[in-house]
Amino acid sequence: MIGGLFIYNHKGEVLISRVYRDDIGRNAVDAFRVNVIHARQQVRSPVTNIARTSFFHVKRSNIWLAAVTKQNVNAAMVFEFLYKMCDVMAAYFGKISEENIKSNFVLIYELLDEILDFGYPQNSETGALKTFITQQGIKSQHQTKEEQSQITSQVTGQIGWRREGIKYRRNELFLDVLESVNLLMSPQGQVLSAHVSGRVVMKSYLSGMPECKFGMNDKIVIEKQGKGTADETSKSGKQSIAIDDCTFHQCVRLSKFDSERSISFIPPDGEFELMRYRTTKDIILPFRVIPLVREVGRTKLEVKVVIKSNFKPSLLAQKIEVRIPTPLNTSGVQVICMKGKAKYKASENAIVWKIKRMAGMKESQISAEIELLPTNDKKKWARPPISMNFEVPFAPSGLKVRYLKVFEPKLNYSDHDVIKWVRYIGRSGIYETRC
Amino acid sequence: MTDSKYFTTTKKGEIFELKAELNSDKKEKKKEAVKKVIASMTVGKDVSALFPDVVNCMQTDNLELKKLVYLYLMNYAKSQPDMAIMAVNTFVKDCEDPNPLIRALAVRTMGCIRVDKITEYLCEPLRKCLKDEDPYVRKTAAVCVAKLHDINAQLVEDQGFLDTLKDLISDSNPMVVANAVAALSEIAESHPSSNLLDLNPQSINKLLTALNECTEWGQIFILDCLANYTPKDDREAQSICERVTPRLSHANSAVVLSAVKVLMKFMEMLSKDLDYYGTLLKKLAPPLVTLLSAEPELQYVALRNINLIVQKRPEILKHEMKVFFVKYNDPIYVKLEKLDIMIRLASQANIAQVLAELKEYATEVDVDFVRKAVRAIGRCAIKVEQSAERCVSTLLDLIQTKVNYVVQEAIVVIKDIFRKYPNKYESVIATLCENLDSLDEPEARAAMIWIVGEYAERIDNADELLESFLEGFHDESTQVQLQLLTAIVKLFLKKPTETQELVQQVLSLATQDSDNPDLRDRGYIYWRLLSTDPVAAKEVVLAEKPLISEETDLIEPTLLDELICYIGTLASVYHKPPSAFVEGGRGVVHKSLPPRTASSESAESPETAPTGAPPGEQPDVIPAQGDLLGDLLNLDLGPPVSGPPLATSSVQMGAVDLLGGGLDSLIGGTNFVAPPTAAVPANLGAPIGSGLSDLFDLTSGVGTLSGSYVAPKAVWLPAMKAKGLEISGTFTRQVGSISMDLQLTNKALQVMTDFAIQFNRNSFGLAPAAPLQVHAPLSPNQTVEISLPLSTVGSVMKMEPLNNLQVAVKNNIDVFYFSTLYPLHILFVEDGKMDRQMFLATWKDIPNENEAQFQIRDCPLNAGEDSEPPTPAPRLYPGPCTDWGLPRPCDPTEAASSKLQSSNIFTVAKRNVEGQDMLYQSLKLTNGIWVLAELRIQPGNPSCTLSLKCRAPEVSQHVYQAYETILKN
Repeated sequence: MIGGLFIYNHKGEVLISRVYRDDIGRNAVDAFRVNVIHARQQVRSPVTNIARTSFFHVKRSNIWLAAVTKQNVNAAMVFEFLYKMCDVMAAYFGKISEENIKSNFVLIYELLDEILDFGYPQNSETGALKTFITQQGIKSQHQTKEEQSQITSQVTGQIGWRREGIKYRRNELFLDVLESVNLLMSPQGQVLSAHVSGRVVMKSYLSGMPECKFGMNDKIVIEKQGKGTADETSKSGKQSIAIDDCTFHQCVRLSKFDSERSISFIPPDGEFELMRYRTTKDIILPFRVIPLVREVGRTKLEVKVVIKSNFKPSLLAQKIEVRIPTPLNTSGVQVICMKGKAKYKASENAIVWKIKRMAGMKESQISAEIELLPTNDKKKWARPPISMNFEVPFAPSGLKVRYLKVFEPKLNYSDHDVIKWVRYIGRSGIYETRC
Repeated sequence: MTDSKYFTTTKKGEIFELKAELNSDKKEKKKEAVKKVIASMTVGKDVSALFPDVVNCMQTDNLELKKLVYLYLMNYAKSQPDMAIMAVNTFVKDCEDPNPLIRALAVRTMGCIRVDKITEYLCEPLRKCLKDEDPYVRKTAAVCVAKLHDINAQLVEDQGFLDTLKDLISDSNPMVVANAVAALSEIAESHPSSNLLDLNPQSINKLLTALNECTEWGQIFILDCLANYTPKDDREAQSICERVTPRLSHANSAVVLSAVKVLMKFMEMLSKDLDYYGTLLKKLAPPLVTLLSAEPELQYVALRNINLIVQKRPEILKHEMKVFFVKYNDPIYVKLEKLDIMIRLASQANIAQVLAELKEYATEVDVDFVRKAVRAIGRCAIKVEQSAERCVSTLLDLIQTKVNYVVQEAIVVIKDIFRKYPNKYESVIATLCENLDSLDEPEARAAMIWIVGEYAERIDNADELLESFLEGFHDESTQVQLQLLTAIVKLFLKKPTETQELVQQVLSLATQDSDNPDLRDRGYIYWRLLSTDPVAAKEVVLAEKPLISEETDLIEPTLLDELICYIGTLASVYHKPPSAFVEGGRGVVHKSLPPRTASSESAESPETAPTGAPPGEQPDVIPAQGDLLGDLLNLDLGPPVSGPPLATSSVQMGAVDLLGGGLDSLIGGTNFVAPPTAAVPANLGAPIGSGLSDLFDLTSGVGTLSGSYVAPKAVWLPAMKAKGLEISGTFTRQVGSISMDLQLTNKALQVMTDFAIQFNRNSFGLAPAAPLQVHAPLSPNQTVEISLPLSTVGSVMKMEPLNNLQVAVKNNIDVFYFSTLYPLHILFVEDGKMDRQMFLATWKDIPNENEAQFQIRDCPLNAGEDSEPPTPAPRLYPGPCTDWGLPRPCDPTEAASSKLQSSNIFTVAKRNVEGQDMLYQSLKLTNGIWVLAELRIQPGNPSCTLSLKCRAPEVSQHVYQAYETILKN
């Protein structure tokens, strides 16, 4: 199990150090600093073994979080725990920065004491933690006995993510379908790989202990239902999507999903990520990038890039940015673009072309002349791919929310009384075209 | 937002000031001071001097302050044990607090204070907390047992906490169950033999139920614990798998990987024909791919595990090549791992795509990554034959880029391609030679030199090229020097006329001017070869080379199986067993995959015991009648010895006899329908009691030689200990010559060559009479049988035990050592018959204290001349076989006598005294020691008495053992 946990700033100074196991000495703190943070070469693995002690680290901005152990621990669990710890800290005091950590070190120790016992991760749901770890040291006698047992039963309970007795005047929920579409395309326009990784994020403001059921146009479900009425299959079958794989928040009853493929759960209060999914089939690629790079002699490059939007003309894409890499020995660039603004950024070795908005089924073009300094470097320019960023108001995977039903048998509100909002946002993930 | 100021106090006299503040009357000031102390502690300052002052602040109703004081205590209690006692009262009191949070806090903290005296006080509060009404306290107390066990294991056992902890597995609260499982698993790891976790179908069912309800972390604990269980048959394995698969959709990657571990392990037990097996395979792929969209650190863990999974079951991800394509901004550690998996998945179907990708990668910036990509192209060429041509041309393109490290890497892999496909791509040599000057890395230089030497006849200026390397011979690394030496000798053998001077030069450089023994030795060998017999030299140096094997970098199968049991853990990240990086005994229990048993298979032989049961459970299947069982197994599996006086059938009869008589009690004497062998193979894999291990080691019965009794081959050197080389063997004596019959099996992935054997000095001067002749290289999974003649003229040193033989075997990989015991009867010489007078005189002459007496029990002498059919066909014995013990019609004494004679124990005289047969026998050892024996046989009694007299009484024990072995076979 985890033997100790350290947090360092970018200089390698310890901000937090908590040791859980006797086999971890103070020298471990220094070993990590010397061998990883101050290492001459960039570290090549997130797991480092120094003198039979293993260090796991993640970085958040310029803060290093390191877990250390001498045993054969579950490595995946340690990383999951480190991420979770970042989430918990962020939920308590915002951004993870040196200043925030120093300002909250007492709180962090208190959290570390609670969520890790003898190196075993314990309940780390912020919802539950916030009921009894607060920034104003609570005094024990101020709580009633009922309150206390409510806290403990929530922390250890089956539904550790939600407390009882939540009340809202207006029962409301928001569903965000957030997708990031990833593409790797060859210069000839052949799709080398494309996939969508999506998340369904839910914000719930619901009273009591509501039982929810979520439905989407999952091919397997639609086909199962469609068996009875062949009519519907032909109608909705086209719109259904094949989900390669999905994972769920711990509130979702997995065994039920496994047997019936239905997604049912009691949601945490407030915002949480209900599910993550991945699709690879029939992806709508919102943009197509057509590059043309020509080397004119040894000191000049001509670049022409066309982007085409490929969605309904009524929809608008936003925050479009095309990044065209330039060689290191670039001396000057001249750009001409039909739409938006383009600039050569020497520090980033790229031409950055920004377009605020662009409707569907349109096309735009940029051309640039890049002047190069003559070098005697034998190595050819690596030609990194042209990458793109954008945001579109639909789900590139084709996912549609069909329903989200809410049942609360004990309180007097029904599914119809709940106000529901659904929103789709498709963003570029790693959207690259080789040139 | 003001706490950060505590980090900035660095002035002198700080401790003194803090002391004053800690003793202040104002609560706020006290709290401030404790915070400062903790901040100093964090940055590594020694604030232990403040111990009493901080402990004084412990009595407070402010929970935050209390926690800070506890934190301080945990850090410094060990250095101030006497002071720490002051805190005990508060702890004990807090454990009774009405607030469950405070009770839990107290018990949690107390467990972290590693001071013996405090530990004693902890027991009572802990006992109460383990039974607390509040689940939060119970779950904390469960972990506390593990803490206490780490401090004082004996105390935990004495206090009975382990039983209480076991009870918590049935707790109503899932988190209590999860923590109890975690604690028990860890405690069990330090007691590998104890049956602490006691996993059985009922407890497994409880765990599976808790799995659905507890937190993500709890699910990991439970899944990791489940992975240690071995289901009793394939049905149970399947039902557990069915209940674990829903976890594959969990958002927590660790839950997913632990579920994968359970499934991968239990799948071993499922029959491949099962529909469910196929379904399961299909279900495994998507979650593994999903892991690749996690954060990069988790991706890395996942990729390291996928690497193992792909090697174990390539079918799972064979269609998922694309997801392993490298993204431009993947961290380097992810890129390198993806590349590895791409090559493993490369096949004829996807090779075009893979190659296109690899070529792309070869132009990236990161040097390591580029090198690996170039190497990968070479590996593809070797793996997928159809792609070789394209790979070679890709490599040539890359060489044209003239990027130094790309060129070097390409040359190294091209050398391997030449080895794999001889006489196909040599046309590219010219291009390679152009880049000779740019090579500055030893591996690339060595590869290039190898190529020049190997193809010297096709390269016009080979001599010039090699000569150019020779100039700076002493500055080269050993690798290059050795290669250069060989290459020039090759060149000389191919073009002797022009290169005489060159070869002279390199030989003298290697032998006279070098202080590297390897180089010098190789130089001398070549020199002598060339000067004595150039034709032989040609045969040796220019011998045809074996083709290199297809896949490289594969993990050894035994290690792979072990690592599969560690999926998700550090071991799977390092690709090393835990013993390689964990100190002490913790967590280094060797794990292995369960053997495949299917109930459908066992239907064929209903007597087969389930082999899936862990060794510890074996005695349930077979009553603990060690000796009897040992004999039985020995007889059953013993080879049909066909020494002339001893019919094959007699052996079988012996077995039957024993089964009938001895096993009567076991099988209740009812109709016993089974081949006698049926019950036995099932137990082969499982060691039953140490005493039997020798007998169990027998694997096959190959002993068809006539002559003295030959024991079946036993494994002398397991593959685990010898980097994949398994040696089993036995000793034989045949018409005066002793030999060691060896069976060498290559369980590694590489070809083994250059075998040699050597004995340590031993009691009887046994030594190999000829070198170990393994004619062809031993390729993976190949077995070869060799008979090594032995002489007894080697040097003598008394060993303990007397018949101990220490052997060293060498091959191209390493030297391995093992020791074995040889049966003494291989040393009984053919002229060991003493005449009667001499016998009588000698017997009297040897002092009585040199006489030793032994009982030989249960020897099946009566079976001597029976003529049952030799095959162990199933037979039906009607009713209880009471008559098996009766004497057979033949003469048992005669049988024994002839049996012994075939092993050179000669009967000198025979007498009948009071219904007992007395045999007087003599034998002589190779070193001339005479042993005289008196064997008393009572008809109808399965035991006989052996008296031995010898001038060297220490051999008696071993002679007795030889007697026993011979008579019982």
